Amino acid sequence: MEHYKNPRNYGRLEKADITFTGENPLCGDKLVYTLKIDNNILRDIMFEGKGCAISQAASSMLTEKIKNLSVEEIKALERPDILDMLKISVGPVRTKCAILGLVTVKCALDSSEEEGSIEVKE
Amino acid sequence: MSLNTEKIRKDFPILKREINGNALVYFDNASTSQKPQSVIDSISDFYTNSNANVHRGTSTLSEEASELYEGAHRKVANFIGANSMAELAFTKNTTESLNLLAYSWGLNNLKKNDEIVITRMEHHSNLLPWQQICNKTGAQMKFIEINDDYALNLEQAAELMSSKTKLVSAVHVSNSLGTINDVKTLGKIAHDNNALMIVDGAQSAPHMEIDVKDIDCDFFAFSGHKMLGPTGIGALYGKEELMKELEPFNFGGGMISEVEYDSAKWNVSPWKFEAGTANIAQGIGFGKAIDYLNKVGMNKIYQHEKELTKYALEELENFEDLRLYTPTLEKLAGIISFTMEGIHPHDISALVDEEGVAIRGGHHCTQPLMKLLGIDASARASFYLYNTKEEIDIFVEALKKARDLFK
Repeated sequence: MEHYKNPRNYGRLEKADITFTGENPLCGDKLVYTLKIDNNILRDIMFEGKGCAISQAASSMLTEKIKNLSVEEIKALERPDILDMLKISVGPVRTKCAILGLVTVKCALDSSEEEGSIEVKE
Repeated sequence: MSLNTEKIRKDFPILKREINGNALVYFDNASTSQKPQSVIDSISDFYTNSNANVHRGTSTLSEEASELYEGAHRKVANFIGANSMAELAFTKNTTESLNLLAYSWGLNNLKKNDEIVITRMEHHSNLLPWQQICNKTGAQMKFIEINDDYALNLEQAAELMSSKTKLVSAVHVSNSLGTINDVKTLGKIAHDNNALMIVDGAQSAPHMEIDVKDIDCDFFAFSGHKMLGPTGIGALYGKEELMKELEPFNFGGGMISEVEYDSAKWNVSPWKFEAGTANIAQGIGFGKAIDYLNKVGMNKIYQHEKELTKYALEELENFEDLRLYTPTLEKLAGIISFTMEGIHPHDISALVDEEGVAIRGGHHCTQPLMKLLGIDASARASFYLYNTKEEIDIFVEALKKARDLFK
């Protein structure tokens, strides 16, 4: 709840290297990430979004967790890492809310473009 | 209240369940209803004592099973005021009934520039089949708009229709708004334009007395599982002459009278619409559900839900930061759709669930309607005969807790 009410790293970076949007059209969760990458390290990240508390809080925690990690380290993160990070149990239905952020960031890092978006349906 | 809910609740074993340490408050009846013991037992009884395929054999068991299954057809037909079993086919659910009409009637009768009229508040199941048929035939879709009071704009509906209109298909009670639509008037307008009138009764048949002859619709589709019956069974009513003309949707066993290698003749209605071994146990269970509803009385159920809805609205109208998407009480069924400032409907639903209250948060299979309302989703509480005012109190308290948590 605390991360939902006071999200960390909320907003948009100026002069971002990558801007990437992740959206779950089924529930209307939306996250927009701006990333700065230098020497294969994620130097800075911010996010904006709307949606349920789980998607927004998970995103806030994710930005704290991955800042200053290498691109490879971030790509190696999986679903259980996010669920552990949340410290509350989310049911199978809401797992997709929790991992929307990670899926979006990984896609952003895979993307060769400066801007992109992805629809996550499961 | 006119209903003895204390007695009724004893018939529904699931209502004894606890959810997260609290008594279950089941307010998701628009999704599916709970089942009384008599319906649950009827399925086990059938498999234990009478199981055989229907309309196939001359064995005692097969005849018994056929009689039970046909008897269920008669019960469901009587329940909505159909003249006979020939006017009522069992399907999987409302969705399948509407697909049957789209493919068997729409595909065979619609051509380029014909028009289909539906409303802006249709469930996806009364939108997507027609989209598909329009794509295949070149027919066009027209939409009846929704007024500010969440009721249909019947004047605009009348203006919309013309000699091009071949079909009007409208939801009787909106699953997202709870609006009870005047499908009788809409049907008159349709018939004045020589168009067929289809009514999606998924949310009306479980909750009010239905007389298809009084509504004078041509087809009426509904689901068993929303009216105390098992899943996997629903129905399609059609006027006898229309059912006689209508082509089958599925082809195969049990739906023929005569088959050659290169041609076939169909069985009579309803059997020509029920190809393959049917959901026999579920059909019989549907009949038991009808018995239960008849015993309680549909008018009493309607009045009971009206009282609950009135009570809930009084509680929610002055609830801080809560917005209702409901028509006036007289046009409102037992469905209350709402949003809360700053809380996603999925979070509302998850938080009241912690108090044992099951509601639905989402787009309710009406995504275009949600967009029209300017929201991604809504929270929805929907009532049935076993619900009580005390449960509404628990629900309102749970909402207050949720609101305070997000403040």
